[in-house]
Parts: sequence; structure tokens; C-alpha cells
Amino acid sequence: MKEEGKRKIWREYQKEIADDKYYYARSCIRQTFFPGSEAAFINILKKELNKDIFDSAQHTTCTGIAYHADVVPFETTMTVIARQFALMTEAGYENYVPSCITSFGLYTEVLETWKEFPEVEAKVREHLFKATKREFKKPANLAHASDVIFKHRHEITAKAKYKLINVKTGKPLRGVEHIGCHYAKMFPHKGVGGAEYPYVLAGMIQEWGGEVIDYPERRHCCGFGFRQYLVKANRGYSIACSKKKFEAMEPYKPDFILTNCPGCPMFFDRWQYAISEMEGKTYGENGQGIPVLTYEELAGLVLGYDPWILGLQVHQTPVEPLLDKMGIDYNPNAKFLGPNNEYLNKPIAPNFLKFY
Amino acid sequence: MKKTIIIIGAGIAGMEAATFLGSMEHNVILLEKDQEPGGHLKNWQKLFPTLRYGKEILSFLQEGIKIAKVDLKCNAIINNITKNNNTFIVNYSHQQQEINIEADAILVTTGYDTFDATKKEEYGYGIYDNVITSADLEKIFTTGKPIITAKGDPPKKIGFVHCVGSRDEKVGHVYCSKVCCVTGVKQAIEIKELLPQCDVFCFYMDMRMYGMHFEAMYKKAQEEYGVTFIRGRVSEACENIDGSILIKVEDTLAARPLKMSVDLLVLLIGFVPSEGSKMVGNMLGLQTGVNGFYKTADQHALTNISNVPGVFFAGACTSPKTITNTITDARAAASTIARYLENNPIFQRKLT
Repeated sequence: MKEEGKRKIWREYQKEIADDKYYYARSCIRQTFFPGSEAAFINILKKELNKDIFDSAQHTTCTGIAYHADVVPFETTMTVIARQFALMTEAGYENYVPSCITSFGLYTEVLETWKEFPEVEAKVREHLFKATKREFKKPANLAHASDVIFKHRHEITAKAKYKLINVKTGKPLRGVEHIGCHYAKMFPHKGVGGAEYPYVLAGMIQEWGGEVIDYPERRHCCGFGFRQYLVKANRGYSIACSKKKFEAMEPYKPDFILTNCPGCPMFFDRWQYAISEMEGKTYGENGQGIPVLTYEELAGLVLGYDPWILGLQVHQTPVEPLLDKMGIDYNPNAKFLGPNNEYLNKPIAPNFLKFY
Repeated sequence: MKKTIIIIGAGIAGMEAATFLGSMEHNVILLEKDQEPGGHLKNWQKLFPTLRYGKEILSFLQEGIKIAKVDLKCNAIINNITKNNNTFIVNYSHQQQEINIEADAILVTTGYDTFDATKKEEYGYGIYDNVITSADLEKIFTTGKPIITAKGDPPKKIGFVHCVGSRDEKVGHVYCSKVCCVTGVKQAIEIKELLPQCDVFCFYMDMRMYGMHFEAMYKKAQEEYGVTFIRGRVSEACENIDGSILIKVEDTLAARPLKMSVDLLVLLIGFVPSEGSKMVGNMLGLQTGVNGFYKTADQHALTNISNVPGVFFAGACTSPKTITNTITDARAAASTIARYLENNPIFQRKLT
């Protein structure tokens, strides 16, 4: 494989990412799936990078999942998104940073629609004003939260306590990167590195000392495809998608999987557990799974954040193999203790997946 | 009366038009930017559908310009072209000299470039070691090197992807490049002749076997050589851990998705308007059509005539063409220019 070929493509897919003054829009589901990620993002930006980031309590769903499930019509979606932009405008910000990939894709789709069809934008402005008396400016810059971490990856390196290096062997840790489909597949030029060889996560892995794995099913869906999981009867397709990817990446012996979408880490994490229970199959060494991380979790680990404050104990595929390889100093006995040392209870140990 | 004609580009069209104009006792100057004439023909070992060597055609064309006493200038770089009434002044650099020459007519034969396959990112050309183009394969044929994978093993399975960069809105080329289908058939046969044990698969949308003997060659590839043709566009190519290429495609005749690993993947790249055409077009104010090739005065009847009086076209600078079509077009252009130079009334004809 020729790395230079990828670099040539990466050079063609550069995007502008604002440097500061971010209006942050949280995800509907990420706080449930990975409860420490969004808090880690805010902490990293505020405390490590000294950036101005506004976390609004007023914003709602972008309607993304309902829109893609044909429950909410596009006109309604656009008006809801117009309200989010109005909240940003009222707060005095111009750089919109959604936490969710579905949202990022949808905001991009709406802005591109308005660019092509200004009369639609005018109509949406009218709808919003009639419904809420609100007005808005369009974002000067729209970047996904992973873009923001990518932009500041060198500053994170400068403050890093740990590297993506195996402390026992001294070799780079090998990471699978998986971007959410709606990050770049719809609008390749809106994603760092484009859609076919995305660089947003690969750039973080490389910057923090790791090595990126390219494997045959890299572009394949994680299993979060809405049609596959919204209808319960279809969930076999979801797990089949994830399994196909695990089987394809297994020979490369990945040390971790890095993601930037709400659904991808959830399904990679959960389905590894489910496959182990269904078939007794695990994809890491010695009955371990392949730890799955969000980009905030990985950045947090690199910066030396406590894994349990990052919420890594709620992962169904244990992350300890990665923590040990990175040489992270953590307290295994505090895994199931809350912030005030209260016992949070412990899940039942899986039958096959190595549990810590 | 003897006139001066400058021909820009000494590929097939330029050479053959120069031969015919020279044989009409005109003063013909043939400018070529490369070291040698021949254009893309130099890079092609055997030609469809006869499997004749490309160099035989090249020799034929070279003999023509010699007989017709064409003034061939290789390594000639055009700097500027201006027009004064009906006279063109061409300024070009040649052997460290800057030369100005006046001409009564210009024939543009700037040909085509091959499609840059890295633009079809999903096929991994320039990234995956065992993905090559039809032009790369032809270079292997021409140099006589063995057909081997990046690791040096003889391939057991080779896949050909048709229409790479052609009939593809995603890369902005909606047109058919005309020659790639039959090139795929030709190269598949050549592979089977060199590596009889190798399985060869061609993935196509349509097999456009329009030329005389093309269909017979296509049939021969299937019946005599056992080449497998699968109707479906390859959606993506990935690299397996052993370096082989995993491809995904829908077999649209069987109505089934198909996943297959091949040791070598050959991308049949199409034609794109040449950089030379863009440069000369800018100098002369030549119009281009929707596909970026030069726009001819009429699609049916005035195919050698440009929007600038005294400037003519021949060959693949106006659209993808086979060698046969290019030679015919070059001779037609020569005839058209000859009539233009004598101010023949046939030029007064208009099409509504």
C-alpha cells in the first residue's frame, strides 16, 4: 500500500475548521451510549486548549434519525435546524459544532439545500418566525466535533501524558479508524480527507503515535444503518454488518477501533459482546475484544484523564487491554465507583469475552 | 498555389493529415512537443481487433510524412498564436530558439489524455499496489516484462474494470470513450495467451462492440480463451492482507451481489480532453463542447471545422476515436483545409 497515494487524496479534501468560539450542539443519544465523551470534549476545549465553547441547554434534536426514518418531513427538519441556528445567533456565536454525525450530515444537507434553493431558505425563515418569532444567521463555519479535535491534535500532543505506543514492545499501537457514513459519504468535501480515505480519525491516531490499519471492509457500514436497527426484526442485518467488519479486521490484530459517530462505537462495542455470547467468538487476543473508543475518549486517555471519569466502564467490550498497552495508570478497583465513590453496581460477566 | 499549414500535434491524426496536405504540394510544418512523433500510439504494443503491432502503423505514418516532405519539428513548444487578417503567426520554441512562422491555416491535432484513475478513489489506483491501468498493462506488454503482482508472483486471477472515468457522472464524464471495451477484450486475450492458467474476469456495463470484427473478437475471448464477462460496475476495491484486491460488484444478470479477490486489477481508463488542447484552445479562442473536447462547427457535416476561420480539427481532440476513425478523420481534415485554402464555394454551405 502506498501511503503517498493517500496523502495526495488527503491534500484534495481540506476543510476550514474554526479555531475558537464554538457553539456546541450535543447529540440526543451519545450521552446515553458513551456518557463521558461530550463532557470530555468540553473539558478538553475549555481547560486544555483554552477555547470558548458554548453548551446550550435549549437546543433540541435535529430530527436526524426521525428524518431518515421518514417520520419527520424535510420542511419540519429544516425549521427545527433553523431554530438551532437561531439559538447560536442569539448566543453570539457563528461556529456551529455538532457532536453527532447524523446531525452534521443533516446540517450540511440543509445548508447545501439553501445554497442551491434560496427560496427554500426564505420559506424556512418565514416558518421559524411565524412559529417562534426567531431569526438567525447561518453558521460562518460548520465543523463536526471530531474536526475540532483533529484541528487541535498537535496541541493535544504537546500536553499528552500517554502515547499510542505499546509500552511493553515500544511499537505503535494499531488502530482501526471508522468514520460515520454521514460525515463524508454524502458530501466528501465536507470531511477531512474525503469519503474514501478519510483522514480525520487517521490523523489523530498517527499524531498520537499510533498506526492506522487499512483492511478490506474498512468502508463498510458499522451496522448502525437506520433501516437495519430501527426495525427490530432487521437487527440481524446490523450484527451481520459489524461481524463482517470484525472478521475483516481481525487478521491485522488491531489494538483499538476509533470512531466519530454516535452509532458506530455503540454497535462495534455491543455487537462484539453479542457475537461472543452467540457464537463464543472474540476478536482480540486471549478472549479479549477489540476496545472501541470515541475520539473524545481517545483524546482524553492521551491527555491522562481517568478512564472511569471518561465513562469507559460502561463499554461492553472491556477497554483494559488498551489501557494496559498504553501504560495508563488506572485503578481497577474504582471501575464501578461513581464520582463520589458510591458503588454503581457491576454488570454480569460475559460468558466468553474476558471481563475485568 | 502553395500555402503554409501548421499542424499542432504529431500523433496519428497530425501525421496522416500532414502526409495528405504535403502530398498536395503545400508547405506543412508539423509541431510536436515530445521527442518523437506518434503520440499514444508509441505506448501501444498490439492493436485491436487484428492484434497487429502498433509500431507497424507508426512506420506507415512516418513513411507518409517522409514521402510528403513534411517539416516535422519535435520538442517544439508553442508560446503564442496570433491572427492577422487571414494569416496566423505562430511563435514556438525549438532547440533553444524562438521561432515565428506565418501560416495560412492551422490544423489542431492535440489528441487526448488518458483519464487519471486516482480520481476514481474507490478503486485505489496509486494506493493499492496491485491496481494498475490498461495503459500500465500495455507498458508491460510493450517492454516485454513479465506480468506479475507487486510481490513478484504470477497472478492467478485478474479483473478488468470497464468504463473507468467514462460514462460516469461522478467524475464529470458522461460520454463513452469508445475504445476501452474492445481494449479490455484485447488485453484479456493477451493475458490468456501469456498466462493460460490465469482466470480473467471483465466487469462491464455494456460491451460496445460497434466496430467491424469487434464482436467476433469478443466472442473469441469467451469461447476460445474462456474470459468471463460479468455485467456490473465494480463499486469498490480494497486491499487484502496478502496484497490481493477485494472487489465488490453486483452481477446484474444474476441479480446478486458478488465479492471476489483478484491478484491484479486492471482499470480500463478512458479519454479526457488533453492539456495540450486546453492550452492551444486558449491561444486560439477555440470553443469546447459540454464534455470539454473541441466543439466542431456541426456534429454531422462540419466535423473538421472550428469556430475560428482557418483553424481545423482532426482526431481525438474533438471526441474519442479509434485509430481507424482517426486516420479517416485526418484525411478528411486535409481535404477540408485544401478546399478552404483555394476559397472553394463548398465553404459557403450552411446547415440550419
